[in-house]
Amino acid sequence: MIESSIVAIEYKNVYKKFEGANYNAVSDVNLSIYEGEFITILGSSGSGKTTLLKMTNRLYDPDAGDIILFGENIRDVDAVLVRRRIGYAIQQVGLLPHMTIAQNIAIVPKLLKWDKERIDNRVRELLTLVGLDSDEFLKRYPHQLSGGQQQRVGLARALAVDPKIMLLDEPFGAIDAINRLHLQDELKRLHSGLKKTFLFVTHDINEALKLGTRVIIMNEGQVCQFDTPKNIIKNPADGFVKALINSHREQEKLWEGLI
Amino acid sequence: MELIQFAQRNYSILLRALSEHVQMVLIALILSVALAGMLTILAMFFKPIGKFLIYLSSIIYSIPSIALFALMIPLPGLGLGRATAITVLVLYNQFILLRNFITGLNGVDHAIIEAAAGMGMKPTQIILKVRVPLSIKSIFVGIRLALISTIAIAIIASFIGAGGIGLLVTIGLETNNNNRIIWGVILSVGLGIVANAILVFIEKRIKR
Ligand SMILES: Nc1ncnc2c1ncn2[C@@H]1O[C@H](COP(=O)(O)OP(=O)(O)O)[C@@H](O)[C@H]1O
Ligand SMILES: [Mg+2]
Repeated sequence: MIESSIVAIEYKNVYKKFEGANYNAVSDVNLSIYEGEFITILGSSGSGKTTLLKMTNRLYDPDAGDIILFGENIRDVDAVLVRRRIGYAIQQVGLLPHMTIAQNIAIVPKLLKWDKERIDNRVRELLTLVGLDSDEFLKRYPHQLSGGQQQRVGLARALAVDPKIMLLDEPFGAIDAINRLHLQDELKRLHSGLKKTFLFVTHDINEALKLGTRVIIMNEGQVCQFDTPKNIIKNPADGFVKALINSHREQEKLWEGLI
Repeated sequence: MELIQFAQRNYSILLRALSEHVQMVLIALILSVALAGMLTILAMFFKPIGKFLIYLSSIIYSIPSIALFALMIPLPGLGLGRATAITVLVLYNQFILLRNFITGLNGVDHAIIEAAAGMGMKPTQIILKVRVPLSIKSIFVGIRLALISTIAIAIIASFIGAGGIGLLVTIGLETNNNNRIIWGVILSVGLGIVANAILVFIEKRIKR
């Protein structure tokens, strides 16, 4: 399900090896992601998902290869500018604890020197978008929010300056199952209304197959398969993908046995 | 009673000693915090420098103050007097301040720093808008310790002609005048208590 023919993100022979490691955290990744896609990245812990994401907003630089966003090689762009153009939300949320919810969401607009009125309006608009009542939450501090509410604020903050690309690193990783389902649905709704390219990391196969228009499956730094959820289930590319799907089937059997 | 009579007769001397002391302490503290602040920012950009600075300042801190005063006197531009005293006080404070500033700033949760960087904050913005506010407690502990230690060490500075409360004590010792000595102690302790209270008040105001 390719949404447009404009390539939003392109990885070309991307490698990353951390200092002192004797293996590549990310190894020869080649991918083209089109504008408007909702890409999920699935893989077990340590498979290089976070590293791939962090290279996309230049928190890390690759050892080899190129990453191209809308035709522009990010190596040639100041890292700070790259990051301000990309929305970024992480599992640990990373809300700044000394700032109110409103101040947190306003960080990037302020960095971009928006005027106060525009920022205030945008903050309210975003809180509504992520399903939080702005009058109630604007002046609160992060520690006065539940995990799910914090995660919504993290999402609002990432969306603040309307970035074309959103990087989401296990944003729902620490959230209970029920809230997680709600957030997944809302994220899907958000994506369909926004025409943005989402790159969403998860280690939960359900989440990956449910949200992704296409799914990247990673193992030991390499991409095993990049395809639609349907095709992945129909034609698993290798033993790892098969094992992943089978482990999920096992779980389903357990459920059937219990019902 | 004798103490009060002494103060009534010599209040101008006591007042002068106190005001000299407060001036010396204030100047030394402001310079100390400014220097330590700059060194801390430097240390944020080059990690090894931070370790080296803490190590170096710990060595200075371990030199007895009288010896350090004596070592400074021959240096050009210093000599006997207040400039030397303030230099020594600033040097002493670096250990206390750097240790608290640098460990405080480095202690901020890495996930928060990375989120800030990921949003596109510049390194200096991360230091000033994220690290500093989140380690304000540690920063204030450093400043308070430095203040108390400065008030105490500045007493000794009277030996090199810097005046202040220490002069009351030294003259008291020379002339065997207990009243002078006791007033020296009272002023010094009182100053410490008042200064500490002021800092606690400021700290509370800053932390909302
Ligand atoms: N900052 C780092 N320094 C050194 N090694 C790292 C660093 N970040 C990740 N790694 C290593 O790189 C590999 C991939 O990690 P990561 O991308 O975080 O995996 P994932 O997000 O899929 O769990 C792991 O082996 C991990 O230990
Ligand atoms: Mg990860």
